[in-house]
Order: sequence, then C-alpha cells, then structure tokens
Amino acid sequence: MGVVTFPGSLDDRDAQRAARLAGADAIPLWHADASLHGVDAVVLPGGFSYGDYLRCGAIARFAQVMPTVVDAARGGMPVLGICNGFQVLCESHLLPGALTRNQNLHFVHRDQPLEIANAATAWTSAYEAGQVITVPVKNGEGCYVGDERTLDELEAEGRVVAYYVGNPNGSMRDIAGITNERGNVVGIMPHPEHAVEDLTGPSTDGLGFFTSVLESLVKAQ
Amino acid sequence: MIDTVTNAEATASDAMPYVELGLKDDEYARILELLGRRPTASELAMYSIMWSEHCSYKSSKVHLSQFGKIPKGERMLVGMGENAGVIDVGEGLAVTFKVESHNHPSYVEPYQGAATGIGGIVRDILTMGARPVLVMDPLRFGDADHPDTRRVLPGIVAGIGGYGNCLGLPNIGGEVVFDPSYQGNPLVNALCLGVMPVERIQLSAARGVGNVVVLLGAKTGRDGIGGVSVLASATFDEDGPANRPAVQVGDPFMEKLLIEACLEIFDAKLVEGIQDLGGAGLTCALTETSAAGKSGMLAHLDRVPLREATMDPTEVLASESQERMLAIVTPENLDAVLAIAHKWGVIATAIGEVTEGTRLQILWHGEAVVDVEPGSLADDGPVYHRPMQRPADLAALNDAAAPAYPQATKELLLAMVASPNLCSKRWVVEQYDRIVMGDTVLAWPEDAGVVRLSEQTGLGIALATDGNGRYTRLDPYAGAQLALAEAYRNVAATGAVPISVTNCLNFGSPEDPEVMWQFAEATRGLADACTVLETPVSGGNVSFYNSTAGTPINPTPVVGVLGLFDDVARRTPMGFQSEGATLLLLGDTADELGGSEWAWAMHRHLGGVPPRVDLAREKLLGEVLIAGSRDGMLDSAHDLSDGGLAQVLVESALAKGVGARVVLPAGLMPFVQLYSESAGRALVSVPRSEELRFTEMCGARGLPCARIGVTDGDVLEIQDVLTVGLAELRTAFEATLPALFGPLAGASPDHPSVAS
Repeated sequence: MGVVTFPGSLDDRDAQRAARLAGADAIPLWHADASLHGVDAVVLPGGFSYGDYLRCGAIARFAQVMPTVVDAARGGMPVLGICNGFQVLCESHLLPGALTRNQNLHFVHRDQPLEIANAATAWTSAYEAGQVITVPVKNGEGCYVGDERTLDELEAEGRVVAYYVGNPNGSMRDIAGITNERGNVVGIMPHPEHAVEDLTGPSTDGLGFFTSVLESLVKAQ
Repeated sequence: MIDTVTNAEATASDAMPYVELGLKDDEYARILELLGRRPTASELAMYSIMWSEHCSYKSSKVHLSQFGKIPKGERMLVGMGENAGVIDVGEGLAVTFKVESHNHPSYVEPYQGAATGIGGIVRDILTMGARPVLVMDPLRFGDADHPDTRRVLPGIVAGIGGYGNCLGLPNIGGEVVFDPSYQGNPLVNALCLGVMPVERIQLSAARGVGNVVVLLGAKTGRDGIGGVSVLASATFDEDGPANRPAVQVGDPFMEKLLIEACLEIFDAKLVEGIQDLGGAGLTCALTETSAAGKSGMLAHLDRVPLREATMDPTEVLASESQERMLAIVTPENLDAVLAIAHKWGVIATAIGEVTEGTRLQILWHGEAVVDVEPGSLADDGPVYHRPMQRPADLAALNDAAAPAYPQATKELLLAMVASPNLCSKRWVVEQYDRIVMGDTVLAWPEDAGVVRLSEQTGLGIALATDGNGRYTRLDPYAGAQLALAEAYRNVAATGAVPISVTNCLNFGSPEDPEVMWQFAEATRGLADACTVLETPVSGGNVSFYNSTAGTPINPTPVVGVLGLFDDVARRTPMGFQSEGATLLLLGDTADELGGSEWAWAMHRHLGGVPPRVDLAREKLLGEVLIAGSRDGMLDSAHDLSDGGLAQVLVESALAKGVGARVVLPAGLMPFVQLYSESAGRALVSVPRSEELRFTEMCGARGLPCARIGVTDGDVLEIQDVLTVGLAELRTAFEATLPALFGPLAGASPDHPSVAS
C-alpha cells in the first residue's frame, strides 16, 4: 500500500503505520515521482499540502504523481484520501463536491462518532452498514459542500460512505465521507489511521479501512 | 548613504542614536571603548540587539548561575548555554526540550505573535539536531470576561493552532490561566521537545577556516525589526499595544520544509555547525556561531535573499523574519546541502565563510559595514547586579485575613468548577491537533502529556508545565518551588520518572527593585528544589518587562518537568476507569487556603501564605505513584493542586463518566478537606484486588493513605455534604468558555456546549 508524501503532508507516517498494522507493506511515495512503484492501493494522507495556501488540495492535484494516481483510480485501483487527501481527490475531480472552512471557522479536533453508510466499498467492507465507529476528526476546512443535485445523487446511489453522528463542521447532510461510482475511490474527512492502536487512539475502529482494502485485493487476485 | 566602517573612522566623533535603540549611556561608552571608534549604524544595531535584556540576560545572569550548580546527573549530554539542553533517554536516543516566552508580540498581534512563538521554539529544538515531536502552551490572560481578553485569547489560540497544526506537531498540554495581573501583558509561553539519535547532536560553533556559511529558508524581510531590543526589553505603557511591525509573520509550511531539509542534512552528516535565526535574526546567528567557534567570519550581506530590494544592511541584520537557519558547511559538502535544500523547495544561499583570526566582518557590496570581535557582542555584554528590595506591600498581603469559610454545598461546587481557571478548556484545546504523528498516549486534559518515542520498545516521555502567579506573589521562594513540585507530581502521576527541568521565568521590570527581589527569591527557590528532587535544569528562558504602566504581573515562573517511561503502555490516566474501584487520598491535608483558587474565584481575595512545601514528601509521593504504575496497581491517578480535592473528584469522574461515593475522614471541616490546596497529594483509584498491596506499600514507605470512597454510578456523592449528577456537573464545567468566546464546533448558540 503506497502513501504519498506531498510537501506539507503530516499524517503520512501515521497512514503508513496503519497500513503496516493492518498487515500491508507500507510504501512511501513521493509527490515529484510519477511512479507508483508497483503498489496495489494508494493513500493520500492528511496534512497541509503546500501549506493549504491557495485552497486545500488545489496545488497538490498538480503534483507529478497525481496523473498516475488518477489513471490508476480510473482503472479501479483502491485510493483512499483522508482529510487533506479527501480535499485532493475533490480537487482532482475523482470525487464530487468540495471541502470548505468549518462552520464556526475554528480548527476542530475531537473523537468523532461516525455511522458507516456504505459497507461495500474497497475501503469499508470490514464494517456493516449502520455500524457506528469512533475515530478522531481534526481539520480546519472539513465542511463538505455540493449542489443539491450532487448530494441527492450521492445519497440515492449509496455513495455516502459515512455520516457524522453530531456534525462537527457544518458538512451538508452530515456527510463525512463519499465514494465514486465504482467504490474504489473513497474520501473521508475524519482520520481512521489515528484509531488503529488502543494506546494512542480513541478505539481501533479505524483499522477496518485498511483491512478492508487488503481483503478486497486478495479476493481480486 | 550606507554607513561603512571607513565612514565611521572618518567621522569618529559623530553622535549615534543609541538611546533610541535601547542602549544606556554607560553601555554606549563601553562600545566606543571596545571598537576604538564610533560604531557604524549596523554595528550599533547589533550591539543594541545582542546587549538587550532578551539576548544578553544581563539582569538575570548572576541569579541563573545557581541552576548551573545543581548536580547534572548522568543523563545531561548538553546543558545550559546551547540553544536547548540535551538529555540521554537510553536506547541510543536523546531528547531536547525548552520553553520560551513570546509574550509581548502576542499582545501586540495575537495570531502572529503566538504563531511565531511556536515557530521560534521549534527551530531552537531543530538546531540541536532533533526532530521536533510535540509542543505545549502555558498561557495566561487577563480576566476571562474582560473585553480585551476577547481580542487576545481567540487570536492567540488560533495562532498556536494555525502554526502548530500546519507543522504537524501534536499539542499535548499546557495551561490556560486567567488573572487581572496579566490584563495588559498576557503570557504566551511555548514549549517544544525533540528527539534524535545521540550521535546526531548538533552544536552551533563555526569552525574550520574556509568553511562556508549557508543561509537556509525564508527570504529576509522587514518584519520583526526591533523585536527583541525594543519590544521584548521594555514595558507597555497605558495606551496598550502598538509597534505592530516589530512582530514577525509566520509561514508554517516553510518551517515544515525547513525541518525536513535540515533533518536530511543532519542525517547525511553534512554540517559542521548550525544555528537557528530567531529573535535578533542574522545578527545573533552570525555572532553566536563565530563567537562559539572562536573563529573569524566574513559575510556578504548583499547575498542574503530579500523580500524587499530596498532594505539596507542594518535592516537585514536586525530582521527577525521567521523560518531561517544558518549552517556552517565544508566546501566539499556545499553542493550536497544545496541539493537537499532544493529537493524540499528551501532556498539555500552561501553568504560567507569562516576566516582566520577572530574578527566578524560583514560586507555590503564589497564595503565593510561591520568589523567587530564577535565575543564582544556575545560574551562581553553588560552584567548587572540590580538592586533588590522586598515588596513594601508583602507583609500586609501575608497577614491579610482569609474570607470566612463557607459550607461545602453543591452550589459552591458548581460555581467552582464553572470558574474560569477551573472550568473545562475544551474550547481552547479542540483547536489544537493533539495526535498527529500518531504517538500521543496522553494529552489534555490529563495531568501530563505522554508521548511514545519507540514503537518497538514503548520508550516514552511525559511532560507537564505548571506555574502559580498568586503563590509566587505571596512568597516567590515557595511559589517557584510549588510550581516545580506540581509539575513533578503531574509527571509522576502518569507513572513517569521525572528527570529534568526547563523553565520560563516571567517577571516584571528588572529595573524595579521589588521585581528583582521576586526574581532572586524565585530562582533561589527553584534551584534549591531542583537539587533536592534531583531534576537538573537543562535550559530555559527569562522574560522580563512584563509590566504595564508601572504595574508588574504576578511573578510567574513556569516550570516544565520531563519524565521518562521504559514503556508508555504502563501510563496511568487521570480518569476513573470503572465502577467499584477504591479511592485513596495520598498525602496530608491541612488548612491551607492562602492564595487558593477558592479565595480568588469566590472572593477575589489574594492574601496569606501559599501551601507549605515539603520536597521530601513530593519525592516519596512520586516514588509511590511510579511504583503503582510500574506494578499495574492503579486504575487512575490525579495530582491535587488548584481547587483541591473537589476539583480532582470532578475531573476524574467526568473523564469517562464514572461517578464516585466519597466519605470524608473525620477531623477538618468538609470545606477545608475539599478545597484546601495542600501540596504533596494525589487521588488514586485502585482495583479492589490491588487495594491491600497498594496500601501496604504506602504504609511500608511511610506515605499517608486514606480510603475515602469508591467509584460508582453517575453521580458524585460526598456523604453528608452534597450529591450532584455528572450531567449537571458537566454542564457547569463545560459552559463557561463557550459562553464567553463563542460556541464549540457543531454546537448552536442555544446549546453552546457539546456533551460528550
């Protein structure tokens, strides 16, 4: 499982650790290297790529590695964008909608209950639909927005992956994460990679994202 | 026209504006003597900066020398004098940590002042060769409901979060204290800790004739000029903050890149010496590296990349633009250093070289604008034995009668937990990323932050910062010791072994003899206590001139204690874990409410004397808490301090929503038992199966241990005194800051606090 480091990526090490704990080989990928080095899945981690100065994820989408990631995703490779990575996926048009400034304008970090709505994606098959998990949320621009039609479509097609239980940032329709039509690309604002060890996380609920993708890859072989 | 050395020699008797730059008559006379001519404009700026209180420690030096006499122990690899002390933590790893103030900039421009406070301390840690892995922020503001606090606090909190979050450093703790003595001078202290393999320790000395001086990082601009010499070394007047251009502007993304580039350069062993640019900018970095190496140095100032082409050499030397480092590199390694910088998108420029002799020469388009002995700037600055005098009002303060003690009602408890200093600080800390890097084991609201250093072995550290300005006002010697004792206790409560101390000494003007007396007493108290507790001081910072319109702040030594874990999996949290555990109160409770939170919160009363200090008891208590953690006997442990036993019961119960039934021992009235702030105490919860073993251990070691109840249900019941539901407690505890500063994320104005 590859984890891309952009300048300003921060949770890249954490995503690598989560991949490792789930049983994967974690391969660091570099923004300026177009090659994916043979990985079977890609994580775009959290952080503040390029300082988030223009618009979160807006510069990262032009990184040299991104066309390869986009092509691979269109070809069915599992891609997970967490927090800043979700923003990059939206900027890359792999996922619809956008992430904007939190409703009360403050950065917020807390342990966040989520209801898994779609347990059929490459990254959520270890869960059951309706299951409530607790993982940390931490962002300044995590308010998911989209036009009514997009939101209707996402909900009608079951492409909302998880809803907030107690919306921390004003996201429309309490959406915390979404997927593409094929279910291989998932963007999620909270941080499953920070809920993989009892010692450091609020739970180990987040591990399922990483075990799900391993299982789907094994099945596909 | 640029004032060159040649020009200064030709116009040797010209008057120079030294008073405006903060230099005194006798200091200027000394500069004339050292140079044998008048200084150039650039030299004058450099002397004013390097001889400022902030850089030279001229008023504090004679007192700080006491810290050097504390036995160093076996772990201190680098002590005071470098940018930060370095402690050996075993397994081939070392940590370096330090706390610094950024008080005045944060009052003038809260967001940028606080943000660059983080940036500055992080570079201090980086420059030692360490990867920064956490920050903490001890903060002090004026009254919570004062209109100016609404200007200052949200900006400072957003600045700390904005910079630290973007840098990817978890903020694992700190303090938020309100007191009117900080109304015109809030305290924004920032602590950073870094980790490195022992062999990666870097020092600042520039050595090796012909080695290249490389400036890394951001371009130099006009921000922060006069920051240390004027802003940090003078008091505010009644008109409040001005002088905004003296505050630097931060770019955390550049700092993140600078960190990664420097660490890669260190790992490749490509630098001979390295120094961060913080307060005093290039002036300090060029001076300190050449003075430390006892080397000469030639710098071409016109090669420094500038944000504004019209800057003159004096401005370039004085600029405090952030996110810059100065490296000393051999000519053979220069290309490799430039290549790594390029990889990370960091500008790197060779601006000079190490030379024969001991002169620091700085050229501007080929003409010398500075020609000095760097040692005269760095080491030959003035040293003052300032006059000292016990404050005239202290006897009356110590004799002031306490307010009458009330009954310990439920209403009192709810009012106390809702008071600004005791209430939940969720509004603040939710704006900080506390878990990035994935090694945070404990963070706010725990007694101390705990961070894992090794995933393989569980090696880790605990850190706590504490300070109590009211105690220190009433008795500076005891107040400083109580600050240390509390931080020590907080660290021990988690199960970590305290091993080292850093401090940030926030005081009023050293030119005020009463302030100087407070400073002398506090440093003496701290040094004495560090000796007894065997926690040597690895570094620190003095912040003077925290005074507005002639009125100093309460003297506030903030003490940070570092503790060590063999295995962080054995940490003890502060919250009750499950029902049915036995509550044991460790230590002795006396009638000690002088300077207490109760007297202040309920009566705005500050008087009497602070709680008695018993360092032997602190040590014993620490040993018991550490043994309890090591042997797995404790469910929870929480140190007693501000707000006494009542506050601890509330915090431990609310942590996981596990209540308690408490029976207070006979003897002292319930009010005193609940709100006294006697030191040397902790509340632990122990599973029934471990109770006998633990109490026998206390008995054998001679630590008083009283069984005061059990964990149970969803209420806090103190038999024959009060009963209150946890939900009602939580509402009172959580509502205060959102009501003052706006709703929490996800909450509506009608329901400003979020239960969780």
